[in-house]
Amino acid sequence: MKEFKGRVVTPGTASATAVVSHGGFNTLASFQKSLQFGDKQAKCGDPNNPDLYGKPLAGVALCLPQTIGSTTGGLVLYCACAMKKQPACMLFANHIDSLAASGAVLAEVWIDDVTMPVIDCLGNEFLDYVKTGMKITVKEDGTVVVD
Amino acid sequence: MSVILTDEQQAILDGSKGSTMAKVMKTLVMFGEAFGAEKMVPVTSKYNHLVTSFGLGVLQPVYDLMNTLIEAGVKSGQKFSADPRPCDPNVPKNFLQNLIFNKFMYNKQDFYENQLQQLGLMDKDAFTCTCYMDEVGNKPNMGDVLSWSESSAVVYANSVLGARCNRNSGIMDIMGSIVGYVPYFGLLTDEGRKATWIIKIETEKKPEAQLLGSAIGMKVMEDVPFVKGLDKWLGTELTDEACTYLKDFGAATASNGAVGLYHIENLTPEAKLQGEKILADNVREYVIDDAELERVKNNYPIVWKDKNAKPKLCFIGCPHMSLRQLKDWTDRVEASLKKYGNKKVVIPTVFTAAPGVLKEFNKTSYAARLKNTGVVTSYVCPLMYMNNPLCSKMPVITSSNKLRTYTTARYYTDDEILVQITKGGNR
Repeated sequence: MKEFKGRVVTPGTASATAVVSHGGFNTLASFQKSLQFGDKQAKCGDPNNPDLYGKPLAGVALCLPQTIGSTTGGLVLYCACAMKKQPACMLFANHIDSLAASGAVLAEVWIDDVTMPVIDCLGNEFLDYVKTGMKITVKEDGTVVVD
Repeated sequence: MSVILTDEQQAILDGSKGSTMAKVMKTLVMFGEAFGAEKMVPVTSKYNHLVTSFGLGVLQPVYDLMNTLIEAGVKSGQKFSADPRPCDPNVPKNFLQNLIFNKFMYNKQDFYENQLQQLGLMDKDAFTCTCYMDEVGNKPNMGDVLSWSESSAVVYANSVLGARCNRNSGIMDIMGSIVGYVPYFGLLTDEGRKATWIIKIETEKKPEAQLLGSAIGMKVMEDVPFVKGLDKWLGTELTDEACTYLKDFGAATASNGAVGLYHIENLTPEAKLQGEKILADNVREYVIDDAELERVKNNYPIVWKDKNAKPKLCFIGCPHMSLRQLKDWTDRVEASLKKYGNKKVVIPTVFTAAPGVLKEFNKTSYAARLKNTGVVTSYVCPLMYMNNPLCSKMPVITSSNKLRTYTTARYYTDDEILVQITKGGNR
């Protein structure tokens, strides 16, 4: 077990299984197919991301360096939240990027019944340590416990 | 909240203009807080640009939010353009595709376009990702502060035009326009515009714009690159040819990575003004030669089920083509057809451009010549066209690295595409 301390971007607690992307997470490419065609697990549709391609994104602890790609990214994440297909939490090794921050903030302000804690600045060590399948607990103060 | 607001901004946040406007302000302030913004600054461009142009049934939460804004009577303080439409009758499609596009996938298109008009769309045809083309008229000035989205437009506005804009997301874009302020951080600041990478171009020939952009995007991600050695191929003036190259190059940096600003030594405005003073401390270096570009290209996944399938469609124009590109491609397609003894392209081919650009193109003699080659022109968004199970199973080829990234389309260089559509084979 190891603890990492990050910065709280949007608050909340979560407990979920880790799914880890070592490359940038392309929000549009990852979510577009599953949102469009009603995949409840929101399986990642981005063939350029070998870590995630085909893996469920809904309800997981998504561990990533940052998001990349189209500026629809924030609204895609917002839609995933509104449709209850969002990750249980998003854990960024780096400082959060503007698109992911947009999606997280839009969901926080405009959707009443969704919580998706977002923690950033967890450091490269976090992404080196965490593996897909590990148990993740996110605490209110931005502490992330990897089990 | 760490963002220091003026009395007027604080009053809006406190509800002086209603609860919906207060939530819009709260959204922008929280967004700024995530990046340590100390203040909000006025949006100074004449027009905005939105990434969301498609009435995709599944994006209902977006339309609900837009409705909330409309019903509350809040409007964009600026008129705006928006990304390309997802459908165009000109683009080849079969009965089933037509049915799925219009009856299922984009069944909200008319509804959403009506919403956009209520919120401040520039005009009914202001749909393109290249809003900054002269023929479209949404071209910001150097130093303008924008609330734009659309990654390819943002990176062009920042890099080639010298405007200042963060990589805003859809929805966040219009919120900046509604309130009239955006949080001051990142690419709006002098510090955030400093380059943290030096890219040395050491190729023996002019690098393919979309391939070079892809290589740089994947390497630097969201950092700011300073590219040395490209002026050897592009010159030191922002000619039509150079701007067209930078349009395609930038789109690839933004979609294959997350670049919002690049500087080209001796060419782009801030690089010309500041030279190497624009470099941050501790810059990293990436050398690109022909072998590196080949390595990058060879690593693209091929996601066609049958890797040797005969292409059924070719898209050129993601981002939308410039008038210059349309003319150049007309010449090239004609010459190549002649070379290979064909009269028409052998793969159905669509060139996409802004409605305003197509209107100007259609006034020239090139339009009839291109039509004679069998190439179709369209204002469609190829990316949106491809985003469905029927089209994603089609073997589509493209010279757009953005389209490759987001769809199943297979990437080829411009020269390779030209041979494929005029001769065939070469798969």
